[in-house]
Order: sequence, then structure tokens, then C-alpha cells
Amino acid sequence: MSRYRCPGCDYEYDEQQGDPHEGFAAGTLWADIPDDWSCPDCAVRDKEDFEKVVG
Amino acid sequence: MSHSETAGEAPANAYHDQKRHWWWLPLFVAISPVLGIWLQAMTGQGVWLWFTPILWYVALPVADWIVGRDERNPPDAAVPTLEDDNYYRFLVYSTIPLFFITWIVAAWAVATQGYGWVGYLGVTIGVALTNGLALVVGHEIGHKKERYQKRLAQIVLAVPAYGHFSAEHNRGHHKDVATPGDPASARFGESLYAFVLREIPGALGRAWADEKTRLARQNKSVWSTSNELLQSFAITAVLYGTALLLWGWVLIPFIIISTFWGWQFLSTSNYIEHYGLLRQKTETGRYERCKAEHSWNADHLVSNLMLFHLQRHSDHHARPTRCYQALRSDKAPELPSGYPLCFTLAYIPPLWRAIMDKRVLEVYDGDITRVNIQPSKRQAILARHGAAYGA
Repeated sequence: MSRYRCPGCDYEYDEQQGDPHEGFAAGTLWADIPDDWSCPDCAVRDKEDFEKVVG
Repeated sequence: MSHSETAGEAPANAYHDQKRHWWWLPLFVAISPVLGIWLQAMTGQGVWLWFTPILWYVALPVADWIVGRDERNPPDAAVPTLEDDNYYRFLVYSTIPLFFITWIVAAWAVATQGYGWVGYLGVTIGVALTNGLALVVGHEIGHKKERYQKRLAQIVLAVPAYGHFSAEHNRGHHKDVATPGDPASARFGESLYAFVLREIPGALGRAWADEKTRLARQNKSVWSTSNELLQSFAITAVLYGTALLLWGWVLIPFIIISTFWGWQFLSTSNYIEHYGLLRQKTETGRYERCKAEHSWNADHLVSNLMLFHLQRHSDHHARPTRCYQALRSDKAPELPSGYPLCFTLAYIPPLWRAIMDKRVLEVYDGDITRVNIQPSKRQAILARHGAAYGA
């Protein structure tokens, strides 16, 4: 399970927790997030801009 | 005022926010129709019923002209402390009950105090303007990350009957801002009136579609009780419905005018905030990331205090989750005045275009092809500004 961070506002998507409000149940893999999905906090950055959190 | 404090000039612990105690001003505006109603009752002078419209359309433009611009920014090192200070949050949250009180007192007053149509209209437009400010507050809180803050935004947005704003604005407008497809970004050559007719239905449609997509991912219908647009509209229905039951049909013009004029407040803000500006496409075909240069900035001090720094719109779009007290004056295209005067300019399209079109062209070094142009006027505008059609 990995985490991915928005480089604009530091929102983090954690595969383990998902984001139920966005409709992504716990355990939803990053690969299964739609390509046209944008950061739910800032919307300035899109899925493809997110960076994998190391460590 | 032209000097600017930039990062590194002052140590964070030495920073003192000179606007700190001035952020009470929006609370005064939020309750100002009630003050007007009270002053009319005390003095018998009907002019007080026009207190809020005169404040917005006359006093604020004059105050902006006299006091002028303020470009000072907090140093970067002071921003975290500034953003964590509960005082600023408290002020924004405090406005929420005031908008409800103002709406209810004003509805009672126009229904029962026998003002005649001039006074009725003054109070109604006053409430339209505080509804507009309620949208500004809903905007500020709706951008924050905590769930309770987004809930508060739903509640305050119920007063102007604009419960779809958070979904529309955060997920729609911020994603598509300054592109031709955004119903909330005005195009070069587009009049305010054409824009309002494009934006209001376009915004509702986009918000509804986005909410439908979000709920579908939760395996829920768009008509479920989890629909955050419908939740806010339900509060509106209770507020407006109770007032109609109590005070009757005499409130119909009040509700229609204050609601639509309040929406117009939002639309006119959107109109002036991005007029003509365009994000360029990168080599991959995506639009470039939203930067300060994709929104018009206004540093006019008095109107900025009244609007929780909404006019520092360039920084807001570049960093949407930043709190109002920390917004910066950025290297961005500048509006000729604060929003109050710009609204009046936008109401008169030839005047607006005479002032703004050349400013848009200056942003793009005169290159009309880099501007967000109204499609129906594209050929004429390109011909007029010296570029071949299709360029």
C-alpha cells in the first residue's frame, strides 16, 4: 500500500485508507483512481501530477 | 502605499499583522441592513433603508480611491503562525449567524413595516449584497480541508440559495479556470450579461454532474440524502418556506430580487476575476497549471477588508487552500479598482471593455491569439487586433 501527495497543497491519498468522501473505499489502489480525477482540496493539480510518498 | 515586505525582510516573530483588527469590518457589513432598519426606525428617515447599497456602490469605491492600495505581504516565515491563529477563523465563522439574522430581520421588516416600494427595494438590495458576502464567506470556508468547515460552508451558502457553490467552485472552476470551457471564466469581448446567462446555468450543471460522479463512486443515486447540494438547498427551503408561511406573498419580490441580485454579485465577481485571461496549452496538450497571472488582482485596501481578501484572487487561485489573512499580493495583472467600482464598470459593457480590453492585451504583450476570446466575436476581434483568423 502506498501514499501519493499533491505537490500543490500536500493533500495525501493513502491507498490503505482510501477517501470515502470522494467515493474511494479503503484499499482502493492508486491505479484504480480515474485519470481525470483532480486533487479534492485544491483542484490545481491532477492525478498525474501527484508524487509517490517515499518512506 | 507602494513598499512591499517580502520573504526574509522581517523575522517571523517580529511580524505584526496591521490588518488584524480591521477584519471585523465584514461583520459590520453582514449586519448592515439590520442597522439600516434600526436607524430608519429611530430617525424616521427612509434613506437608512438604502444603507447597504449606498455603502457598497458609493462609499466603498470612494474609500478605495482615497485609501488606495496596499501591497504589503506577510513574510513567508510568518505564514504558518498566521494561518494557525484561531482569531481569524473565529471572525469568519461569526459572520454565519449574522447572515441568517440579517435575512430574517429584513424579511420581517419589508413584510410588516409598510415601507412603500422604495424602502422595500432598498432593504431587498441590501440583503442581496449581504447574500453576496455570504457567498464570499462560503467560498473562504468551503476551500478549507476539514469536513466541519465544508459543512459550515453548506450552511452559510443556504442563505443566498447557492448550495451548489462549493462543488461548482472547488471541483469545477478551480480545475478549469481561465480556459474556454469554464462557465465561470469570462471571455474577451463577452458582456457581463452574456456571461451571467452562461455562468449561472453552466455552474449549476457542472456542480450537479460532479456531485453525481462522486456519489456514483459511492454507489449512491444523485438524489440520495448524501447529495451535498440538496442538503444545502433543504436549509434554504426551510428558511424561505418558513418566512413565506409567516409573512405571506408580500415576500415574493424580496426573495426573487435578493436571490437573483445576490447571484449576480457572485457572477460579476467571477466576470471581473478572470476576464480574457487564458492558460496556454503545453506540448502534451494539457493546459498549463494555474498561476498568479491567470486571475486579476486588486490590492485596494478597504474593499479587501470588506471581502476577506477575495480580491487577492491571483494568489488564491495559485494556492486555493491558503487562508484569507495570509493571501499575498502577487505578480499578477491588476484591476483598475476594487470590486465595488469594478462591478459598476462591468454593468456598463462599453465602459468595461474600454478600460479592460487594453489591459488584457498588455498581459499578453499585444498578442491577441493568447487571449480567451468570446467565440461568436472571434473573427471580428482577431481582425481588429491584427491577427489572421485561425491563428
